[in-house]
Amino acid sequence: MTDRVLKLVTGNRLHDGTVVYFAGSGAWTPQIDDARLVEDKDGAALLAEAQAGSPPHPAVGPALIEAVRDGRRIVPLMLRERIRAFGPTVAYRGD
Amino acid sequence: MYHYDEYDRRFLEERVAQYRDQVRRRLAGQLSEDEFRSLRLMNGLYLQLHAYMLRISIPYGTLSSAKLRGLAEVARRWDKGYGHFTTRQNIQFNWIHLEDTPDILVHLATVELHGIQTSGNSFRNITTDPFAGVAADEIDDPRPYCEIVRQWSALHPEFSFLPRKFKIAINAASEDRAAVKIHDLGLNLRRNAAGEIGFEVLVGGGLGRTPILAQTVRDFVPRRELLAYITACLRVYNQYGRRDNLFKSRIKILVQSLGIEKYRAEVEDEYAAMGAERDALALPDAAVAAMQAQFAPPAYREAANDDAELRRAQAAEPEFARWIERNTRPHKQAGHAIVIVSLKPLGRPTGDCSASQMETVAELADTLSFGEVRVTHDQNLVLPHVRKSALYDLWLRLGAADLATPNIGLASDIIACPGLDYCSLATARSIPVAQALSRHLAEREVAIGPLQIKISGCINACGHHHVGHIGILGLEKNGAESYQITVGGSDSARAALGGIVGPAVAADEVTATVDRLVDTYLRLRRDGERFPDTYRRVGLAPFKEALYVAR
Ligand code: SF4
Repeated sequence: MTDRVLKLVTGNRLHDGTVVYFAGSGAWTPQIDDARLVEDKDGAALLAEAQAGSPPHPAVGPALIEAVRDGRRIVPLMLRERIRAFGPTVAYRGD
Repeated sequence: MYHYDEYDRRFLEERVAQYRDQVRRRLAGQLSEDEFRSLRLMNGLYLQLHAYMLRISIPYGTLSSAKLRGLAEVARRWDKGYGHFTTRQNIQFNWIHLEDTPDILVHLATVELHGIQTSGNSFRNITTDPFAGVAADEIDDPRPYCEIVRQWSALHPEFSFLPRKFKIAINAASEDRAAVKIHDLGLNLRRNAAGEIGFEVLVGGGLGRTPILAQTVRDFVPRRELLAYITACLRVYNQYGRRDNLFKSRIKILVQSLGIEKYRAEVEDEYAAMGAERDALALPDAAVAAMQAQFAPPAYREAANDDAELRRAQAAEPEFARWIERNTRPHKQAGHAIVIVSLKPLGRPTGDCSASQMETVAELADTLSFGEVRVTHDQNLVLPHVRKSALYDLWLRLGAADLATPNIGLASDIIACPGLDYCSLATARSIPVAQALSRHLAEREVAIGPLQIKISGCINACGHHHVGHIGILGLEKNGAESYQITVGGSDSARAALGGIVGPAVAADEVTATVDRLVDTYLRLRRDGERFPDTYRRVGLAPFKEALYVAR
């Protein structure tokens, strides 16, 4: 794992709330590994790009978060964002 | 049970139609999130970490089997097959799609449920004793009064822009099972020397950032004057409550800053000045009687109060005996019992209930409890009217659905909010902490006796940690979860706020820390003392010391 902190943009998909990541070129993906990851200094530009476009915007509340690259995987730095990316840490009991 | 009248039904239909149009405009990009947020919140729709979350109000925690089946269907059709019962006797669904929500609300309206007033600066769900109408120690059934206050408060024009949300609880028994002292306004139903019904009115309770217990404004307000008097209480708050500072906007801060005497004087002045308005708000006996008729007890069949057979079954099966001891309570009606359905099986998220479990409980309610179910503020369900002769059969059927853990009131019957696994406001996780603790303490929980552990994932205190015998508050320190622990809190009639035992501990130290606190209690307790009794007698020092020595 490299410990260089990079930036990506996340939000919740408008129509169903699913956690999504900005993949560039107007596209959003539920797969964090497909997110567009940029250097810290390019974060603001990435966020601006993610927010662009005419409504309805596909993601609610786009925000920059910190992540590191671990081989081909992308892992957010904060626990909150890891839980958003990988789901609750507890098994739930639906049927 | 109260049923909607034509007005209620039409109102809901109109609201859902408006909401459907709002969702359509949001999805079409005609409404921004900023414009839409308050509209969705008015219908109980939040945006959480993983998805939209729908909070549905369960008025005073009372459900019919039809309503519970309606909730099961939401879980199955539109969510991931489960829901989460909260400490405010509501239910939340965690994986809701915005585009489905108008259909969900239409479906809920058919069983007389909705998500209105589950957010924002409004009157929230009015809560009460989950054993209302059946508890042996009850003075009068609180539900008719809950419904009367609900109707008075629902979309009240004068109070539709309160400084902040407003929570009301009503208790009507000698035990306080509604935690009235941690509510903005608490009502204790009383009977005076002349045998008349009235209410002790308390204000200014609440947890969160500034935990405060409610104080008494008036010892006894006659039933007839209830609505007029609480109107005066609200009017003083509406006028002086802080709208400029979110952290100071609750009524508890107003009462604290004025002092209870000054607040009381303001209320009494207002009340005196209300004049004819008081008559308009008077609650005639006939109106109360009409509402009471809606909550008439079911047609119990005569049942012998002969427990011989029950005792034989208990003697033959210790597990059944333990369940009877822990999960049933005395009923007003001879030959009947109140049954608490545990939603705290070991190692499962507290308060979660799957769609098929909801259907099982609904089915059991139909066959064994006159179609009635209650939700408790400690996140369990209740079958309020079970014939004692049916208890064994019920126990088997609940057990088959993993709903018969015999742990009510014990260490593994933990209250925990959703915490960082779901909640966007959280600073730390609650559920895994609860799971680790319940697994660890379950083995000796019978020896420990009654113990309330309450866990919140942030300062908002939805898990009521301040009033837990042991309270745990999840915080974040330098990017890691840490937990502040309190002891000696209680939400009973002798409510108390817990004292902090020391610096916050890391997630992997919580179980060992709680273990030491429990050991300290067991070492110090005298015969029959519960945790808060021992704490009241010995104070915080021995608990602090036990942790300090361990460090
Ligand atoms: S206490 Fe905090 S983390 Fe827990 S449910 Fe309430 S707001 Fe969310």
